[in-house]
Amino acid sequence: MIYSILLMTLVHGGVYAMLAVGFALVFGVARIINMAHTAFYMLAAYFMFYFMPTLGMGVLPSIALTILAVALLGVLTHRFLINRIREHPAAVLLLTVALAMIFQQVILLRFGGDPVLTPALIKGFIRIAWVPVTYQYILTFGLAAVSLIAVSLLLAKTKLGIAIRAAANDAEVANLMGISIGRTGMVTMGIAAALAALAGIAVAPSQVLLPEMWMAPLVMMLVIVVLGGLGSIKGSIIGAFIIALVENLIVFLVPQGAYLKVTFALLVMVIVLVVRPGGLFGIIFEEERL
Amino acid sequence: MRRLLKDFRFSVLPVPGRLIAIIFFVALFIGPLIVEKRLVTSSLTFASIFAIFAVSWDLLSGYTGQLNFGHALFFGVGAYGTALLNKYLGWQPWATIPVSALIAASVGLVTCLPALRLRGPYLTLLTMSFPLMLLGIVFTFKDITGGEHGIWGVPKLADSRVAVYYICLIVMTVSVLIMWKLTDAGSKYIRTGLIFHAIREDEIAARATGINTIRYKILAFAIGGFFAGIAGCLYAHVLGVAGASALSMTLSFQAIIWVVFGGIVSIYGGVVGVYTLYPLLNIALVRVIEYGTLILAVIVVLILLFMPEGIAVWVRDKIERECPRCKLTNGFWRKECRACSASLH
Repeated sequence: MIYSILLMTLVHGGVYAMLAVGFALVFGVARIINMAHTAFYMLAAYFMFYFMPTLGMGVLPSIALTILAVALLGVLTHRFLINRIREHPAAVLLLTVALAMIFQQVILLRFGGDPVLTPALIKGFIRIAWVPVTYQYILTFGLAAVSLIAVSLLLAKTKLGIAIRAAANDAEVANLMGISIGRTGMVTMGIAAALAALAGIAVAPSQVLLPEMWMAPLVMMLVIVVLGGLGSIKGSIIGAFIIALVENLIVFLVPQGAYLKVTFALLVMVIVLVVRPGGLFGIIFEEERL
Repeated sequence: MRRLLKDFRFSVLPVPGRLIAIIFFVALFIGPLIVEKRLVTSSLTFASIFAIFAVSWDLLSGYTGQLNFGHALFFGVGAYGTALLNKYLGWQPWATIPVSALIAASVGLVTCLPALRLRGPYLTLLTMSFPLMLLGIVFTFKDITGGEHGIWGVPKLADSRVAVYYICLIVMTVSVLIMWKLTDAGSKYIRTGLIFHAIREDEIAARATGINTIRYKILAFAIGGFFAGIAGCLYAHVLGVAGASALSMTLSFQAIIWVVFGGIVSIYGGVVGVYTLYPLLNIALVRVIEYGTLILAVIVVLILLFMPEGIAVWVRDKIERECPRCKLTNGFWRKECRACSASLH
């Protein structure tokens, strides 16, 4: 029992962390609450389904194609839709909701509303302390670890990463230093979409795919990001594992836990927010006046 | 009577926006006498209910800037409250509606306790969490709330369809009028409108001028909760069932879509948004089932790209001009202000 809880916490936490870090990056740079973020994750899962069983392509080419396609879509949405109305935050928010609905409807029209299954990326399992662990879970956790380390290296070492952090810190001053805010936002959106796509690829084989599958992780992701502090990468990763732990504890230990897991995850968020109004590692935007 | 006529002649006729609003309400009131179609009356009945809901979101979130993503909480509390009171205590609609609306208002008071400490996106996401928490509780206690199926057998408001239509329409008109008066920044008697604007624009400055912003935020939550609760009660009575859809995130987002589509921070924006989008979606779902939602979402995206302030505000700016000297509204055809004859260019 304890081993299964820990195992599922690591796997779910990894997926949530990939989603939450992408969301936090976009929020930090462009101050966009991107409701379509998990729609990218849904799209990636369906692309995998389309490339692998339907077109019969290999595992690696379909992964590469999926990530490319979703990242490109992210860049295009930022360039042609969000960037044009970024002075109106309410309109941007609504735009991302409408985009998520469009993605959902397109997938619904193309693949139908019935749940579909993708084959496992690698088959087989290994026993660790008597708990059977499928290679799929290990792969999911590995993907999460590698991609998160890659993103933090990108943010810490490269010029682009410095530009992203500068834009998140103070967009106006970053602009004065010669960083194009629009272009940085676009690239960030691409990175975030690619992270969401990775999460979708990792999750696709272990659950059924539905056009509405973006709703549930959206709520969890928002909870995590708020819990960790908006725009904070470290906070998002820690928050992801806290929420995954709470969720799995409730599911495994409480009767009818599947219904209550969202309630308890949200309760944790409310308590953290009441004690610390800026989240665990967040900054409070008290001074920020536009 | 003569006073009313004079008012009509001098402050309604020269302002196209007000004229359109009056024509619109008159059309709604005589509508069912002309068109007898079931689809039209039923979708307009629901449009009235959702108009109350959308406008109450605008009052809370648009005016005070407390962006609320969980407005369905109040709607759902109203719907479930009225259904539970009816099922277990056997109360009639005339008693359940005010009581549940008051319950929804007090829920508004309770939710704003943690919300007062937060601002910006944190507040937005905190408010989003409340209806989802309540939904989890509703699903857990299936014996009382009926779980996913909801509570069936909530009595109808009246026997005929048209009577229900008129009840909803009258409640909508009265509620919207009250909310419009409460948020009217130019009013001489009620200060709330001006203070709500001040809180949205700059809360620190508002506090510095001696406004107890906390009290007014609580007031906004209570009023918004009250009217959204009324909408929820009417919804449960008209539909005959209080179900989980009344608490869903989709409903909260729909309120935002309607208001932003019509024009945020303007009471009429919500009304315009609901009465354009809701019947359109209904007809689209009946006629072209497959592409209905997709087309609607694309329309919303296009409207947002080209009129990010909302369709009602965009139209208003086209047909009305404000006098630069005396701030009086004029029709678009005038070259000089109708009161002080200053040039309008």
